[in-house]
Amino acid sequence: MPLAQWALPAGIIAVWEVLSLAGFIPARVLPAPTDVLTAGWKLTLNGELPRNVWVSFWRAIVGLAIGGGIGFALGLANGLSRRSDKIFDSTLQMIRNVPHLALIPLVILWFGIDEEAKIFLVALGVFFPIYVNTQHGIRTVDYQLVEMARTYGMSAPRLFWRVILPGALPSIFVGLRYALGIMWLTLIVAETISASSGIGYMAMQAREFLLVDVVVLSIVIYALLGKIADSTARLLERRCLAWHPAFQTTGELAP
Amino acid sequence: MTMQVLRRVEAVELVPDTREPHAPASGLAVTIRRLHKSFGPRQVLRGIDLHIHAGEFVAVVGRSGCGKSTLLRLLVGLDQPDAGEFWFESLAQSARAAAIRVMFQEPRLLPWASVLANVEVGLSGERSTHGARERAIGTLREVGLEDRRDHWPQVLSGGQKQRVALARALVSRPRILAFDEPLGALDALTRISMQRLIERVWIDQRFTAVMVTHDVAEAVTLADRVLMIEDGKIVLDQRIDLARPRERGSAEVAALEGRILGELFRDTGVGENA
Repeated sequence: MPLAQWALPAGIIAVWEVLSLAGFIPARVLPAPTDVLTAGWKLTLNGELPRNVWVSFWRAIVGLAIGGGIGFALGLANGLSRRSDKIFDSTLQMIRNVPHLALIPLVILWFGIDEEAKIFLVALGVFFPIYVNTQHGIRTVDYQLVEMARTYGMSAPRLFWRVILPGALPSIFVGLRYALGIMWLTLIVAETISASSGIGYMAMQAREFLLVDVVVLSIVIYALLGKIADSTARLLERRCLAWHPAFQTTGELAP
Repeated sequence: MTMQVLRRVEAVELVPDTREPHAPASGLAVTIRRLHKSFGPRQVLRGIDLHIHAGEFVAVVGRSGCGKSTLLRLLVGLDQPDAGEFWFESLAQSARAAAIRVMFQEPRLLPWASVLANVEVGLSGERSTHGARERAIGTLREVGLEDRRDHWPQVLSGGQKQRVALARALVSRPRILAFDEPLGALDALTRISMQRLIERVWIDQRFTAVMVTHDVAEAVTLADRVLMIEDGKIVLDQRIDLARPRERGSAEVAALEGRILGELFRDTGVGENA
């Protein structure tokens, strides 16, 4: 079964390779897959590719940790407390309506093209999906369960850990997976516009020297990183939500 | 035919449980005085006076919206009365919450916790004490689900879920157990076997049982006393002195059921299907 999902991409690459070799696709427009691989191998050997991938990966993770962390905390606070919601939510919703990429000129003025600029943009981008979904998840926890917990005299911390957080988790994961998409998107734009390292920078450099194979390589690497991030989130989701009917296979036993 | 067989099978389960000598009469007597409760302009309870004896099984019947569920929610402390009071014999206010357990119409199990962990929710503060887990397992055995202890709740049938909810309510040995139409969503056969199970554990543990139900036959089969609430007041207080276990559909049960149903429909006449 895992083979089936790779059949289509493999087929497309094979056709692409054949068309390139036969001269139907000029190398200036789209280099053959083997050329892209060769470029990747060369850049790996001279250390340029690993360094840039690492820089991009680090920016993504730090931005996600900061933006996601703040989003999660505010989502919890505003989901749990009406007062906190009154103070923060309408302001946050206002900011949410500004496309965060529109802040790029301002961000460059503030931070130049240093690391802070990219991390700030990524953090801002991932903040909202995580905030909105955490808040929504907490709000929509089954009230009957909360009432049940009350009749059993559950303390507030225990109520949170045993009832509210697990109940909100499916929604929080939706937010996380959405945030991962925005994370890469933001990073690509930010690195393309203003950077001195990273995959986006590598692609822009290559464009200046008409190295189409490296440009394509950068795009492929972005795709791979995105796929890896999404798969990791799915795996985590499957682990944490093993009880959820949507993730139940044969395992009806609780761990 | 199948009913006959089922009854016979159930009858085997009804042999008195002699595994463990329980404390005699753990039930708690409750006195309710001039209880009032309104939601907005609507007066739901208008002066309820009631004494429930220790260890008594009381069923509360009435039409939808008559206030019977509200009475139960006030009793277990989920809502606060506007006026009037509950008085629990020899019980400090602080101990009240731990002494009363409630079983809802829905099982209300935590879907992310195993069957056993759900029962352990009922242990509340005692869950880390010595032998707590064994007690939870023992209670699960009492409701016949020990072999499902590691399963997720959603793979269980409706009746099994309700049995887990019963085990959760029983595990802390409550002195009052309140039932809010706990069998309303079950099919007829499962319902009968649940009624027998509830009767068995009640005979076994002698808690005070208060069951809200709209099934008059159920009330007559299980209760020592059937109360009827109408317009926020108790309009009927009927003792049921039939020997246990009671035969569903026997002449005495049917006669009492008919009498109470007659009271329920007194003002409305036939044709009303409340």
